[in-house]
Amino acid sequence: MKSSLKKLSRGLIVASAATAALSFSVISQAADTIKVGVLHSLSGTMAISETTLKDTVLMMVDEQNKKGGLLGKKLEAVVVDPASDWPLFAEKARELLAKEKVDVIFGGWTSVSRKSVLPVVEELNGLMFYPVQYEGQESSKNVFYTGAAPNQQAIPAVDYLMSSEGGNVKRFVLAGTDYVYPRTTNKILDSYLKSKGVKESDIMINYTPFGHSDWQTIVSDIKKFGNAGKKTAVISTINGDANVPFYKELANQGIAAEDIPVIAFSVGEEELSGIDTAPLVGHLAAWNYFMSAESDINDEFIETWQTFTKNEERVANDPMEATYIGFNMWAKAVEKAGTTDVNGVRSAMYGITVPNLTGGIAVMNTNHHLTKPVLIGEIQDDGQFEIVWETKGGVIGDAWTQYLPESSKIVADWSAPIKCGNYNLESGVCSGQNY
Amino acid sequence: MIWRLWQILPLVCLCLLFVFVSSAQALTDSHTNSREELARQLSEKSWDKLEATITELSAKGDDESQKLLTLWLSGQLFIEKSTDRLVIGNRSGRMYLIADPITDEALGEVKKRSLKKIKINNRLRNAIRTALAIWDLKSEDPDKRLQAVKETSRNIQAETLAILKAMLKTESDEDVHSALTTAVALYHIQHGNDELKLQSLEILSESDDPIVRSALESIKTETKNKEILLGIDSALADMDRRQDYYSAIESVFFGLSLGSVLLLAAIGLAITFGVMGVINMAHGEMMMLGAYTTFIIQSAFPSLMEQSLFIAIPAAFVVAGTVGILIERLVIRHLYGRPLETLLATFGISLILQQAVRTIFSPLNQAVSTPEWLSGSWIINDALSLTWNRVYIIGFSLTVFLTLLFIMHYTRFGLNMRAVTQNRAMANSMGIPTHRVDAMTFGLGSGIAGVAGVALSQLTNVGPNLGQNYIIDSFMVVVFGGVGNLWGTLVAAMSLGVVNKLLEPWAGAVIAKILVLIFIILFIQKRPKGLFALKGRAVED
Amino acid sequence: MSSVKLSSTTRGKGPLSRFLLDDPAGKWLLIAVFAISIIVSGLNLLAPEGSALHVSSYTVTLLGKYLCLGLLALALDLVWGYCGILSLGHGAFFALGGYAMGMYLMRQIGDRGAYGNPELPDFMVFLSWQELPWYWQGFDSFLFAMLMVALVPGILAFLFGWLAFRSRVTGVYLSIITQALTYALMLLFFQNDFGFGGNNGLTDFKDILGFSLKSDTTRVALLMCSALALGLGYMICRWLVDSRYGRVLIAVRDAESRTRFMGYRVEHFKLVAFVVSAVLAGIAGALYVPQVGIINPGEFSPINSIELVIWVAVGGRGTLYGAIIGALLVNYAKTWFTGAMPDAWLFALGALFVVTTLWLPKGVVGLYGQVREKFLKPSARTQEQEVVDHG
Repeated sequence: MKSSLKKLSRGLIVASAATAALSFSVISQAADTIKVGVLHSLSGTMAISETTLKDTVLMMVDEQNKKGGLLGKKLEAVVVDPASDWPLFAEKARELLAKEKVDVIFGGWTSVSRKSVLPVVEELNGLMFYPVQYEGQESSKNVFYTGAAPNQQAIPAVDYLMSSEGGNVKRFVLAGTDYVYPRTTNKILDSYLKSKGVKESDIMINYTPFGHSDWQTIVSDIKKFGNAGKKTAVISTINGDANVPFYKELANQGIAAEDIPVIAFSVGEEELSGIDTAPLVGHLAAWNYFMSAESDINDEFIETWQTFTKNEERVANDPMEATYIGFNMWAKAVEKAGTTDVNGVRSAMYGITVPNLTGGIAVMNTNHHLTKPVLIGEIQDDGQFEIVWETKGGVIGDAWTQYLPESSKIVADWSAPIKCGNYNLESGVCSGQNY
Repeated sequence: MIWRLWQILPLVCLCLLFVFVSSAQALTDSHTNSREELARQLSEKSWDKLEATITELSAKGDDESQKLLTLWLSGQLFIEKSTDRLVIGNRSGRMYLIADPITDEALGEVKKRSLKKIKINNRLRNAIRTALAIWDLKSEDPDKRLQAVKETSRNIQAETLAILKAMLKTESDEDVHSALTTAVALYHIQHGNDELKLQSLEILSESDDPIVRSALESIKTETKNKEILLGIDSALADMDRRQDYYSAIESVFFGLSLGSVLLLAAIGLAITFGVMGVINMAHGEMMMLGAYTTFIIQSAFPSLMEQSLFIAIPAAFVVAGTVGILIERLVIRHLYGRPLETLLATFGISLILQQAVRTIFSPLNQAVSTPEWLSGSWIINDALSLTWNRVYIIGFSLTVFLTLLFIMHYTRFGLNMRAVTQNRAMANSMGIPTHRVDAMTFGLGSGIAGVAGVALSQLTNVGPNLGQNYIIDSFMVVVFGGVGNLWGTLVAAMSLGVVNKLLEPWAGAVIAKILVLIFIILFIQKRPKGLFALKGRAVED
Repeated sequence: MSSVKLSSTTRGKGPLSRFLLDDPAGKWLLIAVFAISIIVSGLNLLAPEGSALHVSSYTVTLLGKYLCLGLLALALDLVWGYCGILSLGHGAFFALGGYAMGMYLMRQIGDRGAYGNPELPDFMVFLSWQELPWYWQGFDSFLFAMLMVALVPGILAFLFGWLAFRSRVTGVYLSIITQALTYALMLLFFQNDFGFGGNNGLTDFKDILGFSLKSDTTRVALLMCSALALGLGYMICRWLVDSRYGRVLIAVRDAESRTRFMGYRVEHFKLVAFVVSAVLAGIAGALYVPQVGIINPGEFSPINSIELVIWVAVGGRGTLYGAIIGALLVNYAKTWFTGAMPDAWLFALGALFVVTTLWLPKGVVGLYGQVREKFLKPSARTQEQEVVDHG
């Protein structure tokens, strides 16, 4: 009896030691720094795209500290690796907010990573900046979306293609990777094209799995679809990794941009740096930023970036600009609010303006989306884009698209009196909220 | 009245002087003037005006215009902002080297910001290409002429038609002649009267050229003449029939090429896993090493781009083979007889290799260029063309396969290798250095995976995830074919590739792949040891 | 040594008492698991926030997640460690259980989704579906969903096992077709048209049985459920492998043909173990989903299933408790590494795997025996070493 008691107590000691190890017993750090959480995958499939954004945030933190930090405190970046594993994104977000007590998170790339993190930041009232172009249909109180909504990328791109300048395109191939961003974008485009009088038979929609590498059949189908006597274009929402083999196959099967141009929403300078672009000259992309944009502030940004990464050839891309804008807006809002408290910063964010890198001004709206210009660039043989078209002034990002029946009656507005990211104009109900 | 004249005299004189000076200037420097004018025209913002400039240049027809158009098309034509003059610009590092567009005289080095690029977009590219084709029609080279005829037939103007008709009389090359006939017919069916249209239809129904198809499709929507409509329908039906036939050939080709990629990916594994029994999860990373070797070779010798792959193949073999031998000596040597634990150890190694590549080369994909001879297509006819890289990869994978087969069956090393894998103890007692043979075998398997990596670098991303994308498929192929049987691997890879590609057109890429996986599962029920099972007691585990 | 003596005296007693006396390692592991769970829960609920003793809900869900993965590893060890079936597709059963739970949780959202549709989950509204597909019917009932958590993986395992074991598919062939199974399911679930939310999977859960998933008490309850499930699962597995049935199972593992020649229907024995294991994996998945808040097709990925095999191998195959320890250890290491050295953690994890295989052939739990042999019985060591080499 005595010995078993002893054993039990021994077990309990082991158990409590393990508990202590597990909880890391949060020793509250002296609050002399402002913590910036960085939640980007550094390993796994998304590391290719996301590592750059981690470096961008680190650079911005560095630059801000050179200027003396914020509110008299230094900034401190807390980097974690969610490893392209979606449940791990939620876990790491919780770690950043609950354990590390960060004041803001910059992170996410794929839609699913954002969806996974969303409940956590809403529950713990965190603040997150999401820097990638996405499908919209969302506006969370705790997230600021600094990438493009579909109306800031897809719709202007189609307008361009249908104009005489873009080649009077009459027939469209919507090719995408099978996940929610291409699905939504293509649905919006399908409905938009039909409203412009494009016939059902002139639209071909194709979905492929992630990392699709054998494009022979699909490219050959596109070629056949393009031989119907009408000017044809491909609108590509193909995701990152699958693009290189796709473009290689296009080039090899001899589809030139003059015959069937491809306009992509997910291909930027970074993706092109993995391809020989000579055969792709003339294919297009729509973004809010191109590295080739001519402005002093852009030159300075690129200079800083290349010095920071110690690589003179390092390219810059649109999600980096979105991170740049997001970071500067946050810093400005913190200064304005005089605190890093989430509620204070959030109300300071509305209407805040910072210069964007293309020479204009970006504004944060009360639907948590930005106003920024839309540019269309042509691929050049040096892996850069030449800007061939841009909107006059900025376009306001729509949280909810008006082109789909189920969301046309929903609006997001976090200012009084609506104060909701998901307000149904017809029923007057604010649904889908987690608090 | 006079005083009035007196008053304006200076003005008149001034005007006269101005006219005189400017005309003198024009006389001495008419050349410069027209170029200034051209520079002004080229810096226009309106695409319509730019297109008009192209027409103007092409109407001039001189060599200078041809050169300017060529430069414009390749994006090398700039205007220097400070002087407003037209220059050629070539990027060199962060600066641009500029030169005179006519004399090629070097004008120094400037920043990109001080140059303005002459605008171009796809519409203008089309226009320039068509304009330049007119020059090429007179070329000595029949291939160039053929290309030019095809180019002009996209959009034939009346002036061009005259040239084409004149050419038709003198053209001796058969291909060019038939292309000319088609081009003339194309013009007639678009612009001619009904009789001409019907005549042209007969000629055009023979053609498989996509341009012809496009033209017929668009006329179909415009014309009201029943006879022509019927003619077009039957011509299109003819084309469809031929198209279906060629599509079937194309699908089989796609399947074979997918199969040969699978074969390349799996063949190294057929050695390390199939012959040695090591569940080699680091196999994919050996391919990744091969691909990165290609990248390094290309960066180290940029001048040898065309030959780079021939250097990369042995280099990749050596690099991946050496790493393979190291892995065998340091880790796998201790694990013989415990095959499942090789899975654990090699998985660990694969994580380390992936992260090592990420640390050394950055997590971004690296650009591996495709040599000229590997790009483009082998155009068999207007409806069927096979991409060169795929053709070469089919050949390459078969070469690798046959070489391996030769090594296994006709060399001393191969004999030792088979002896060791069949009965280690016996081989040892016969004096075969089993440890060395083990290391060499694993090195061979890894080296071949490296060679496969060189081929994959031409098809897909060269990045840290390259290996992971192929590892599952490789295991499927080896197991489906029967572990330890090289011929099985060949047949399995090719049949899975072809089945996948034949299913794809009607099932879609994803469902086709799922069906193939289900097929493998069911097939293994029927033949639990794969396609070509090894017979005998040694296989019982 | 003492356990051998005890076991002879307890023969004939009930399975539970035999378990308590025969399996000290397992017993202590379970006691530790329960003790930690109770301490963590207690400190989370009772200690006020801000006090040094307070344990954050982050730790609670993290621990709950580890325990679910421990149960999954246990399930794999039953078939791999005791029956010799190296399944490289066990993640599929886990994910199917998770999806069944996820579907229940989706139905619980009701009209609180983004589009406010009372009938359809958000992703169906977005795909313009008009009504709930037939395979979603019934999932608004908790009991039905729980039944499916067990039945769906169970039936799939039964069908698959029945086919494969009857055809005598063994060794790597079996491993690879289990991998093909999970790979095919992954591709299928990735498709948006398939009706399970595509790549985004099922997420944005609100509550379970009416309790908010965001409240600490629900989290603690889920943690305790996971601990309980792990404990029960462990006892079931222990009882199975210690019974007469378990002896045959081990015989199948060590010499399948001989066992068959002795007149045992080998495939039946394998099938039972495979189905039980799949059901346990399904339950693990069902408990995992409400705690991490998302289920998506990534769980089907073959790499996940391979990692699972590695947890078991790191812990020590064929011991049951070793599998649990391995799962806890590797996952804890992953959590710690990804935070502490985000740029280099794969080096550490990879090295861990290599080192374990080279120096700890019996896994972490074999370490104790290895150390003891080294220092206490140098003579006995050489003998046993040989056995290992041949085994």
